[in-house]
Amino acid sequence: MSGLASPRPAGVAEWTVSRRELDRPVLVLSGRWTVATTREAPGEVASRMHEVLGEPEPFGIDCARLDEWDSLLVATLWRLRALRGFDPVELDLPPPLRRLLALTTSPGTDLRMPTVPVIRRSIVAHTGTTTLDAIAGLGGIAMLAGTLLRGLWPRRTPAGSREPGMQGRDLLDIFRRHGPAALPIIGLVNLLVGAILAFIGAAQLRRFGAQIFVTNLVGLALVRELGAVITAIVLCGRTGGAFAARLATMGANEELDALSVLGIDPRRFLVLPMTLALVIAMPLLYLYATAAGLLGGMLVAVNLLDLSASSFATQLVDVVPVSQFGFGLGKSVLFGLLIGLVSCRIGLLAGRSAAAVGDAATRAVVASIVGVIVLDSVCAVCADAVGL
Amino acid sequence: MPSGFEAPPTPAVPDGHLSAPGPVAPPILEIASLAVGFRHRVVQRDLSFRVRRGSVFAVMGGSGCGKSTVLRAIAGLLRPFEGDVLLDGTPLWRLRPAERAALGRSMGVLFQNGALWSSLSVAENVALPLQLFARLPPGVVTELVQLKLALVGLPDHGRLMPAELSGGMRKRAALARALALDPPLLLLDEPSAGLDPVSSRRLDELVLELRDGLGITVLLISHELPSLFAIADDGVFLDADRRTAIAHGSPRELRDTDPDPTVRRFMHRDPDRLPAAGQSRPAEGDLRHGF
Repeated sequence: MSGLASPRPAGVAEWTVSRRELDRPVLVLSGRWTVATTREAPGEVASRMHEVLGEPEPFGIDCARLDEWDSLLVATLWRLRALRGFDPVELDLPPPLRRLLALTTSPGTDLRMPTVPVIRRSIVAHTGTTTLDAIAGLGGIAMLAGTLLRGLWPRRTPAGSREPGMQGRDLLDIFRRHGPAALPIIGLVNLLVGAILAFIGAAQLRRFGAQIFVTNLVGLALVRELGAVITAIVLCGRTGGAFAARLATMGANEELDALSVLGIDPRRFLVLPMTLALVIAMPLLYLYATAAGLLGGMLVAVNLLDLSASSFATQLVDVVPVSQFGFGLGKSVLFGLLIGLVSCRIGLLAGRSAAAVGDAATRAVVASIVGVIVLDSVCAVCADAVGL
Repeated sequence: MPSGFEAPPTPAVPDGHLSAPGPVAPPILEIASLAVGFRHRVVQRDLSFRVRRGSVFAVMGGSGCGKSTVLRAIAGLLRPFEGDVLLDGTPLWRLRPAERAALGRSMGVLFQNGALWSSLSVAENVALPLQLFARLPPGVVTELVQLKLALVGLPDHGRLMPAELSGGMRKRAALARALALDPPLLLLDEPSAGLDPVSSRRLDELVLELRDGLGITVLLISHELPSLFAIADDGVFLDADRRTAIAHGSPRELRDTDPDPTVRRFMHRDPDRLPAAGQSRPAEGDLRHGF
């Protein structure tokens, strides 16, 4: 009997079983047994060879007419070996082929590709697990905040020296890179947000002859909400992702371990200046962002609604009390604290691979943005409750 | 302690280094019935050995046998499941974190990839431990940093950033940082990994010179046989399958006399079985021995 490993013209992989030796069958291989010349799976070819060879008895092999071979032939014989259990040393194979087969020490028969187990959980279990994870995450953030708070006042070690903690120059360096350096992008975004608000307001209020109230809309929205929220969202992407990626990279490079072996707590040494720099920078950026947004709104009001700059400013002073600025400033401090804690915690807990660094940066941005929105909602409810 | 292991006699310690040894000085490091791992997976267990002062002690074994995990437990980075690490007789893992951190500073650690702080220059990397813990005037810190960098052959590289160094230079800079606080015990995690043979040889010689010159003790994690034979004078062999130490002795002793097939395969760089010590090797043409 004979077979083709692939329905191809002459020269392709071909095999026959010869009974020319009385005591045992001989598997005759010929042609080109390469991946490029066949599409048939080695396992299928090996199964047919096994059937034709008959009972698992000793057999010979003839490779005299074998023109070319690669791992396809090795895979076929490996599968045949799994079915028949022969020792490649006993076969008359080309020496390199015999050596390769000898390396495949385990003639396992289960050659299915491993599949990733799919863990199926009920909705209730999934909800419960997610909730518990979220609570654990909040607890972790609270503990990190506590550690940082204690780190502001370093204790004395048993030897009498101060516990190593935040370096002042690190705080200044991080503040410079994530505060003033963010001014252009924050200015541009808030200028456009202010202009968009004024456009929307102008289109509606002009119908009622109430153009002057564009100032109320732009002023209150920016001072009370959007100035802080838009700035925080920009910092989530610009700074939160950078913090998480930096800490995750340091973890992957064992730099955090190098600190720990010296008894330096990475949370106090690295996370504290990062978070503190954000807490200091956010209110300043908020004021700058609000000013930029108001400027954008005023430009639209002056050019589209024929309002003068002085009437815009006068109306603004009348409708936006200082307490609203205080509310926005307070929120911006909380947003800075939240972004620092969330992104740094995610960076510290990241895995030790390149993929984990990217994953940590992504998660930090997403979690920070969601956190900022949730925190803003809580602030809005609280402000309403106290009549602010 | 495992059966068959006795701490060899303590060598003389050069004058002016470490605490003066008595007739038989206690080991600088003792590992007592240590079990380490991650989560619920035990990587190594029942691990016991002693490290003599002034010796170069090698923790040997194949890839994935848990050498670096053991080092993390010794360095205070990974709490063991069982057992303890006795540093100068003090159990490391029974101390409070602040006390453990203080004791841990008597160990310098060279991590596998150097682990230099990438945002600091080479000199700042070496200076940071001195600035934080030595409470020295800035001028003294600068001079000590220059000395440490000169010791490792990088006297003119202090201003460079870690990313600007070659692999071998990074290892040497990390070695300078590990030596910053003049620790009596130096832990080296795969110091030769990723280095070319010449750089690897230079680093080996440097370790020996530092050991002799500074009187420090070195615990070396490695599977690089040339390095092990060149510098280690005592050691322990960890096995991944049995998850414990299966042989004690210097790398040369283990190579020449240890009867365990796993140890012999490793020490002779032979993936297949070798006969017991004293018997001949298999024929060269045997196909079972690969290419």
